[in-house]
Amino acid sequence: MSGGVDSSAVAGLLHRQGVKIVGLTMQLWNQRRLPEVAGEGGGAGRCCSLDDVYDARYVAQLLGIPYYVVNFEQRFEENVVKPFIDEYLAGRTPIPCTLCNNFIKFDQFLEMAEGVGAEKIATGHYARISFNDQTGRYEMRRSVDSGKDQTYFLFGLKQAQMAHTLFPLGEYTKPQVREMARELGIPVADKPDSQEICFVPNGDYAAFIDAYFKEQGIPPRQMRGEIVDREGQVLGEHDGVHHFTVGQRKGLRVTAREPLYVIETKPAEHQVIVGRSEDLLRATLVAADMNWISIAGVVAPMRAQVKIRHRHVAAQATLYPTADPARVEVRFDEPQRAVTPGQGAVMYSGDLVLGGGWIE
Amino acid sequence: MRAYFDHNATTPVSASVLESLIAALGEVYGNASSIHQDGQVAKQRLEQARRQVAGRLGCDAREVIFLSGGTEANNLAIFGSVGGQGHVVTTSIEHPAVLNVCARLDTTYVPVGGNGIVDPDAIQDALRPDTGLISVMHANNETGTIQPIAEIARVARAAGVPFHVDGVQAFGKIPVDVKALGVDLYSVSGHKLYAPKGVGALYVKKGTRLKPQLFGGRHERELRPGTENVPGIIALGRAAADIRFGLMENLRDRLELGILRRVCGTGVNGDVAQRLPNTTNIYFDGFDSEAMVISLDLKGFAVSSGSACSSGAVEPSHVLLAMGLSKDRAKSSIRFSLGQSNTVEQVDALMDAVAQSAAHLRALSPTYTSA
Repeated sequence: MSGGVDSSAVAGLLHRQGVKIVGLTMQLWNQRRLPEVAGEGGGAGRCCSLDDVYDARYVAQLLGIPYYVVNFEQRFEENVVKPFIDEYLAGRTPIPCTLCNNFIKFDQFLEMAEGVGAEKIATGHYARISFNDQTGRYEMRRSVDSGKDQTYFLFGLKQAQMAHTLFPLGEYTKPQVREMARELGIPVADKPDSQEICFVPNGDYAAFIDAYFKEQGIPPRQMRGEIVDREGQVLGEHDGVHHFTVGQRKGLRVTAREPLYVIETKPAEHQVIVGRSEDLLRATLVAADMNWISIAGVVAPMRAQVKIRHRHVAAQATLYPTADPARVEVRFDEPQRAVTPGQGAVMYSGDLVLGGGWIE
Repeated sequence: MRAYFDHNATTPVSASVLESLIAALGEVYGNASSIHQDGQVAKQRLEQARRQVAGRLGCDAREVIFLSGGTEANNLAIFGSVGGQGHVVTTSIEHPAVLNVCARLDTTYVPVGGNGIVDPDAIQDALRPDTGLISVMHANNETGTIQPIAEIARVARAAGVPFHVDGVQAFGKIPVDVKALGVDLYSVSGHKLYAPKGVGALYVKKGTRLKPQLFGGRHERELRPGTENVPGIIALGRAAADIRFGLMENLRDRLELGILRRVCGTGVNGDVAQRLPNTTNIYFDGFDSEAMVISLDLKGFAVSSGSACSSGAVEPSHVLLAMGLSKDRAKSSIRFSLGQSNTVEQVDALMDAVAQSAAHLRALSPTYTSA
């Protein structure tokens, strides 16, 4: 229970169905850390803020269910925050929500829930899970509300995790969920949706990384470097590759005749490579560390739709198996813009989530 | 059925205290500073309570100051003794109500041994010419470990440094005689001994120099202004008069031995001899205690681990870390603190629940193998 409308509605829904439930809130990040990036009000209203915990506790009290706050701060820092920073410094663009799902929510948190005696966990994610008797696998489908669908962040879920997970909201649209929350008398029914990265206020991840280093007493490394074009011609300077992600146009501070975009970052050389819009197009990618969900894998070329970032419309493609079963080659019918290393490539067949991997 | 095993956090108000509290709320309405008879009744009851508390501290009634509780008592004792300047010597296992006061002053934190006991010689070594106060807790809230207060008092007296003792956990659980101990200031909290929250006392030895930290009327020997919480103070007096010793140790030992015998990979944190009779702090290797605390609560048993942060989540105990426990072991430890209401049946039921939870949690934990 995050204190938001979705998880509160889940609690209300299950409670109404007569399911015996226990409310848990994960304390993931201390919002008073990193005062430089805390923003106005010391991070009030952000994820894990005290206000959210109060809201969650109040919902639990209204429903009359047991409720606890569990401390995952250390685990979150080790499994999400540090890898997030390392990825940026390695020139990739990570998805912390997926790391959190893979290593915290559906792993250590699920274990804790089982530890306190629960059979399953239920979350406010917009996705659907069902069991297919023919294949003997748990399948995942996009949520009914396509605008809220969160399957892109859930591609790491293993079969055993899905067996112990409920996503009650997958069958509803967000307006229906708000209405349901209102009907149940849940006071957070009108609370605005949370933003993308819960621990990074204002989405300024570069400022977050700088503040984290300062807090840890890590001296600011030699971050500065050159902005170059594809031919290696120096066009300008930058304050560190972690300020840039593939496809980015803003913040380059380079004047050119046509709009320039980041097409690659090379952390070892402290280089940011820029080019024209069409230089961002890629017809293929390789997805590594594949996790197959609704199917066991691919042995022959297979048609699919592939989504390469949360706000991307899944594009028609063919999946080709490689010698390494954990890697899949994706060949798009039409070249796609800003294929970004570190992001997920999630494969669909219509609503069905086939699986996903990390873009190399 | 619910069974409460968290008496070091707080105690329920006892039947006898509740009776005097309700009667006082209804009848003793006067302001103890007033000249009229209504005020005089309040004043008489206030002074009766002062005698009751003084009787249990082994001091003169005039040496007892009533205030709002342990935190205020510690603030008054420490800030009132050293003010803005001067050095404080304390230990690394104090309650936040001492540690966070000392954090605002020039303070030396004396470490404790693996048994959770501070060495009086180490206190001696930490003294400086400008040391204005020594502050050491009588018994630790998490492990129940009892500190060598009389020995430290000798060190303090020899050095001519005032000595404050945070007695919040000890008072009511073990006999206290501030004169025999030789301390100058001693903090007491009502809600740890079956009185309500919001009332406490500070023993101030006659002749101790102490500056008030709040300003207003001339109450409590001009050390603590504000109209007295007469019903709360009457309740504290009743609770002090009701203190009984020698009932808890057998039950605690039954619980402790039962858990140690039935659950492998367990042990007691802190000295087992120099310890409050109601407290046991046990580590369970192989899993975090957080899940066990919740699981026990869902089964009807209130126990605790670590200390709660502002969200209500639990942080690893600074006391156990200061004793040299690894972070993993500190996070796998649970405090059981018994009290008046606990029965043999409850203790046996708790033992079963602990054994059951431990087996369940270990079965889930991939890392633990019983050696």
